[in-house]
Amino acid sequence: MGLVTPDYGTIFWMVLSFSIVLFVLGKFAWPAILNGLKEREASISEALQSAEKAKEEMQKLKADNERIMRKAREDRDELLKEARDIKNKMIESAKAEAQKEAAIMIEAAKQVINSEKISAINEIKMQVANLSIEISEKILKKELTGDKNQEELINKMLNDFKLN
Amino acid sequence: MKFKTKTINLFALIALLFLFLLSFQSFAEEHNQKEHQEATEGKFDAGSFIFEHIGDGHDWHILTVNGHHISIPLPIILYSENSGFHVFWSSKLAHGDSYKGFWLDHEKGKIVEDVNGQEYLPWDFSITKNVMAIFISMALLFWIFISIGKSYKKNVGKAPKGMQSLLEPIVLFIRDDLAKEAIGEKKYERYLPFLLTIFFFILINNLLGLIPIFPGGANVTGNIAVTMVLALFTFTITTFSGNKNYWKHIFNAPGVPWWLKIPIPLMPIIEIIGMFTKPFVLMVRLFANILAGHIIAMGFFSLIFIFGAMHMIAGYGISVVSVAFAIFMTFLELLVAFIQAYVFTLLSALYFGMATEEHH
Repeated sequence: MGLVTPDYGTIFWMVLSFSIVLFVLGKFAWPAILNGLKEREASISEALQSAEKAKEEMQKLKADNERIMRKAREDRDELLKEARDIKNKMIESAKAEAQKEAAIMIEAAKQVINSEKISAINEIKMQVANLSIEISEKILKKELTGDKNQEELINKMLNDFKLN
Repeated sequence: MKFKTKTINLFALIALLFLFLLSFQSFAEEHNQKEHQEATEGKFDAGSFIFEHIGDGHDWHILTVNGHHISIPLPIILYSENSGFHVFWSSKLAHGDSYKGFWLDHEKGKIVEDVNGQEYLPWDFSITKNVMAIFISMALLFWIFISIGKSYKKNVGKAPKGMQSLLEPIVLFIRDDLAKEAIGEKKYERYLPFLLTIFFFILINNLLGLIPIFPGGANVTGNIAVTMVLALFTFTITTFSGNKNYWKHIFNAPGVPWWLKIPIPLMPIIEIIGMFTKPFVLMVRLFANILAGHIIAMGFFSLIFIFGAMHMIAGYGISVVSVAFAIFMTFLELLVAFIQAYVFTLLSALYFGMATEEHH
């Protein structure tokens, strides 16, 4: 077996063995290995992509949150403002109501006072009239105890009348 | 340019090798008869020592103790035109014995049939040392890659483990930096199984060749028949996957002046020769590189015994130097084992890429 002359026996076995190697590895080893690699690469790139997506989503969420927060704050401010307005209005209206009520009450009180005053005056008037009648009765009774006095009185009265 | 210098180096190497071989062969023939006597006398024959290791054999020689050979017998399969099929162990032919009329002619390195005093050469399909080594590497390849394939199926989408993580970078390298680059994104997948197989086949045989004892030690990738078959596979695939553009470049290369094609089809002839030189170069490159590495390493070890035969002290003295150089060479060969497997695969991929390249 010369060193540079290919031996046909070796060629025969080599062709056979290498074909078997090629076939067996091509059927049972390489597809599994290459597919495994491909799958892993795909899953890695998918994971990276989804991470990127999640990041984006996160950003979006954050922006959304901020927007919502801002809106909430605005809403709150508006609500507070409204509430303040309402409060002011309420106070205002309450004040007005109270004033009106007070005015009515004062009016009523005034009327009562007036009518009371009138009735009191009337009563006083009657009392005074009665008193004056009683006094005049007592005076008359006392004055007209002597004839002389009676005569005098009559005369005086007659004089008064005459003067009128 | 790179390839050119490489080719020149290669031819220089081959020329040297041939010279070396020729000188050795005449030397070996002269001394073959006396080999046994010399061995028993304690003289050392470096040529036969080296060539026994790098050459093929019908048995797997492990060591010799006091002129007694210890080797693993291998099956011998013969077809004789005179007596039909024969299968027997190589141990039957040991020590120049004859079995059923067959005997091993050491001079020719072939089994010869003796029929009534006439010598015939039977068809020899024996499981030789190299064939056995190919079977061993086959078993290793199956075991490694089928188990790796299983682990890919087992832990889908998980990080690789053990052997898987050791070989994954290489597989990825061949896929991404070699097949994809040379063949192109669209078509590389068809050729990837072949490229991976050829790479790991060459690599594992290169590495086994560096191991000096039994399952290793055979010179498989330094055997021209083996590299020829590998190159023929590349050639066949290249030729059968050649598209219209590829054949047009061979028979009617565009951009070449017409007078190079008609009346003498100079360019087509060159291109057709090129079709065959490509696999030829593949064959010789791998063969010569691995063979040279083995020869040099063995040569350093031979030095010890050559000097030892001259004088004992000289033998011990040179052994230090020899071992240092042999270690250095082994590291170099380790590098070469990878480089040659890579180069063979890369060039195969480039040829496939050329054959399937679309017209621009």
